[in-house]
Amino acid sequence: MLKYLAKRFLLLLPTFIGITIVCFLVIHLAPGEPTALQTELNPNITPQAIGQLRTHYGLDKPLTLQYALWMKNLIKLDFGNSISSDERPVWEKIKERMPITIYINIAAMVIIFLVAIPLGLISAVRRGSAVDRSITVFVFIGFSIPGFWLALICMDLLGVRLGWLPISGIHSPGYEHLSFIGNIWDLSRHLTLPVIISAFGSLAGLSRYMRSSMLEIIRQDYILTARAKGLSERTVIYKHALRNALLPVITILGLSIPGLIGGSVIFESIFSIPGLGKLFYDAIMMRDYNMIMGSLTIGAVLTLLGNMIADITYSIADPRIRVG
Amino acid sequence: MGFWSRFFRDKLAVTGLIMVAIFFILSIGAGLIAPYDPNLIDVNNILESPSIAHLFGTDELGRDVFTRMLYGAGISLKVGFVAVGIAVLIGVVLGAVSGYYGGWVDILIMRLVDIMLCFPSFFLILAVIAFLEPSIFNIMAVIGLTSWMGITRLVRAEFLTLKERDYVLAEKTIGAGSLRIIFIHILPNALAPVLVAATLGIASAVLTESALSFLGIGVQPPTPSWGNILTQGKSVLGVAWWLSFFPGMAILLTVLGYNLLGEGIRDAIDPRLRG
Amino acid sequence: MNVKKLIATVIVTCLLLACSPDNNKEHMTGGAVNDSPVYGDVLVESSIGDASNLIPMLASDSASHDVAGYIYNGLVKYDKDYNIISDLADSWDIENGGKLLRFHLKKNVLWHDGRPFTAHDVMFTYQTIIDPKTPTAYAGKYKLVKSASLIDDYTIEFEYDKPFAPSLISWGSLQILPKHLLEGQNLVSSPLTRSPVGTGPFKFKSWQSGSRIVLEANERYFNGRPYISGLAYRIIPDQTTQFLELKAGNIDTMGLSPLQFLRQTDSQHFQAMYKKYKYLANAYTYLGFNLQRSPFDNINIRRAISHAIDKQEIIKGVLLGLGEEATGPYKPGTQWYNPDVERFDYDPQKARNLLNKEGYKDSNGDGILDRNGKPFEFTIITNQGNPLREKTAQIIQQRLKTTGIKVNIRIIEWTVFLKEYVDKANFDAVILGWNILQDPDLHTVWHSSNATKGGLNFISYKNAQVDELLEKGRYSFDDKVRKQCYDNFQKILSHEQPYVFLYVPYSLPVVSSRFKGIVPAPAGISYNLEDWYVPKGLHKYQVVP
Repeated sequence: MLKYLAKRFLLLLPTFIGITIVCFLVIHLAPGEPTALQTELNPNITPQAIGQLRTHYGLDKPLTLQYALWMKNLIKLDFGNSISSDERPVWEKIKERMPITIYINIAAMVIIFLVAIPLGLISAVRRGSAVDRSITVFVFIGFSIPGFWLALICMDLLGVRLGWLPISGIHSPGYEHLSFIGNIWDLSRHLTLPVIISAFGSLAGLSRYMRSSMLEIIRQDYILTARAKGLSERTVIYKHALRNALLPVITILGLSIPGLIGGSVIFESIFSIPGLGKLFYDAIMMRDYNMIMGSLTIGAVLTLLGNMIADITYSIADPRIRVG
Repeated sequence: MGFWSRFFRDKLAVTGLIMVAIFFILSIGAGLIAPYDPNLIDVNNILESPSIAHLFGTDELGRDVFTRMLYGAGISLKVGFVAVGIAVLIGVVLGAVSGYYGGWVDILIMRLVDIMLCFPSFFLILAVIAFLEPSIFNIMAVIGLTSWMGITRLVRAEFLTLKERDYVLAEKTIGAGSLRIIFIHILPNALAPVLVAATLGIASAVLTESALSFLGIGVQPPTPSWGNILTQGKSVLGVAWWLSFFPGMAILLTVLGYNLLGEGIRDAIDPRLRG
Repeated sequence: MNVKKLIATVIVTCLLLACSPDNNKEHMTGGAVNDSPVYGDVLVESSIGDASNLIPMLASDSASHDVAGYIYNGLVKYDKDYNIISDLADSWDIENGGKLLRFHLKKNVLWHDGRPFTAHDVMFTYQTIIDPKTPTAYAGKYKLVKSASLIDDYTIEFEYDKPFAPSLISWGSLQILPKHLLEGQNLVSSPLTRSPVGTGPFKFKSWQSGSRIVLEANERYFNGRPYISGLAYRIIPDQTTQFLELKAGNIDTMGLSPLQFLRQTDSQHFQAMYKKYKYLANAYTYLGFNLQRSPFDNINIRRAISHAIDKQEIIKGVLLGLGEEATGPYKPGTQWYNPDVERFDYDPQKARNLLNKEGYKDSNGDGILDRNGKPFEFTIITNQGNPLREKTAQIIQQRLKTTGIKVNIRIIEWTVFLKEYVDKANFDAVILGWNILQDPDLHTVWHSSNATKGGLNFISYKNAQVDELLEKGRYSFDDKVRKQCYDNFQKILSHEQPYVFLYVPYSLPVVSSRFKGIVPAPAGISYNLEDWYVPKGLHKYQVVP
């Protein structure tokens, strides 16, 4: 086990460097260039200005040199400056939008896990019953209903017609004058719809994995043995089966860790949430190389950590699994 | 009892099969069933609500939504099928190998997964589009090639558990080959999460296609797809609910159909699951 | 059911009473308001995108320029009829046939931080924009200046090699920066990029990235304090959401889509809350041919295609009728527009005759015309993210099909579109739009010298006569001479149809009806924002948020 952990750790760095090289190459070689947006078909802009801007952003240097410079900065934990009109440090722009994004994602994730796992469990235990069928239909409606559709309808109904919840944004005007508690209340009201609607869309995945994994477990010999021993159905299900059925869930949890800093552009746009999803999307569309690399780097770190944690948890949860 | 008789006794599975079959028949027979030319623009009939003449109403250019849905079914179903097919194939093979053999093979494959999970696939799509033609097939392939990682990790996790099971150990002691153990003995038991991933994947491929259309790298106008009808529906939701309702329903029914079918097949393969 | 409904209504009423007492006031005082200008209230605007940089010469997005426009001033500006009038400059002299511009600046102007504004600031701004180290895309026009000299603290001169007609108004689009805060600083990392200090009617107050920007009235503005106490820009990236916020009364103004204008804003409730405006926008959409490619190098083919396109159908389908046919690069009804040019009405028969003359016949009976065994087929490209252009392309496709031309459409993501297709002239035909600027100089778009890689004449239009007219118009300060040049220029363009000029859309803004003093004019409505006011009793916001 220790040897495995050591191996995993040693491999983190080369994997990470591999990821950055691949990403750097792909985004630079893909068609398009950052200055394109600044010079978008504006009769006031001369071709000379374009050359000047390229030099300014260091885009005229060879790709290897650009990568080396980027890496050198990264070692100092500096992601460089955004290649856009504002030229602010990439980290500063990310930092500004990080709290709200993580807040929403964690809230959504908690709801998803709290709702989806019991749903999957009930579905599996009451397999084939009307309850199972209703749950199936319910989660698939969530999955396939266009998020924007539900969002806009809820906004119209609860925001415009009934006026119960704010429509978009994250603060009411004049929120600066609210107390701390008032502020939290205000923020929560603004985030109610986005969090619930995005959680609704993600119930299907987890609850279906849970259901199928639970079904697999129930038929295993040791469950049959447990039943044969005369243990109550409750004990069998919740003590023996559930623990094992949660294993694949760990993988999914690991896979969703990088998602903490992600966000759906469509959702953030509809709800006017200044989150990371929109920031990264805009960066991609404007070919803001430094911002894209910054987001990919943070994503890479989270992915690597998430996967490692998942693997380790896995081997702890099920000692029979020999890793490595 | 054989596979088919078990399958056909499962009412839900049959319902799923019928739903999927209907969509396929509709998409293949679109030319025969559709009442209009899918691309016939009529600027005097913009955003008409559903009526006898236009069952699902008309879109922003006065085209018949019902007809466009029929024609769009083909593309949307194809996207889901091909993309998910590729992803499942890669994911299952790599996941099985990784989980079964462990050691350096596992470590290498898993690092590849790590790299691919961080891969900026949007740029790969852009590059592919720039150098190849923007055919829907290229796009499906790219979606498939960049979305197998989750399945790999799930299959690997299953294999890690399953390969320690008694029956596998028993097979090993009687000298069964690795391939035989992987594909005959372990894989069928590891398919449950794959089926879930595949059913959900088909639906998300349909939605991915619509996102790509939105970015201008999906199917090109005027070719209809459920995804681009839905995208159009978003901007006119306040006026024309039908433009997002019908494609939304179609995607829902497809997902449900595939899911019921998938679970039915799994149950029919493995009768122990019943009851 | 009824009980529930009742409870709901009670709750809603309570919430309304609790949350927005000002709303009620509005209803109570409805009829009896005193309709004279008073200070107060806040105008809440909405913007699709966040600003990026509030030092305007560094920003390339319209949101930044919109906001900065209220904070800074240029030396001159346009009035409601697009006449050039004084802004920071009190008056100016044009001497030496236009080669010398001398500005006499206003003397009572203060920066928002209280320091006086002088000609040194103008000089500093000029030197900054032409500095090669400044990452700006707008230096072009100012590099034409041969020398700049300070005469005294309130007089500055700019000398040009050649007279340059748009030079005067170019000093209106250069927004003057405060020297005392920026001199010797790195412009790019200056705090002023995020909290600007200008001379304009509004002062910067706060900016939450991606969320909102707030400005407040400048008490010491040289033209007098604006009536409105504050401007709040809410960043709402989605237009459907914007509209919901508008319906809920949370924003005061936005630009409507034709569909919203015609079908979603007719309720009495809406009419009472908002006033809709409608005027021609400063932009046109066109179909441009790549003149280096056969058969578009042939004038008859282009003219045939123009006859095969039904512009009215496009206006109806894309704008729901809320637009006008474009016939050239200027806005119908304005000073430089020449209505007396060749028109290309929808006439498929004429189109087919022209095509037949050029050798296109449907020899194999497949409905597509062909010449030398090759069918007449071409691809129209346009950029992703503009549904209007996508729809235009599809309507053109259908129309040309009935004439026997097969059209394919490709929608391409913006930067790829520019880099790989437009810049490299790698297309058959393109649907795009231009903003219509107030000065008629279109040298950059139509002069043959700009038909280079990366130049704006990407369709490679080359006409010696047009070159001559554009040069003459550019270097003359006589409006009569210029009018003649640009009239002829429009005639030639219309005859040759290098573009099929398609439509000029209407701008469809809507403003909360509590704002008074709005006078629609050729320049739109927001040119006199400083004069807008909310009558006493109708005020919605007591403090600037």
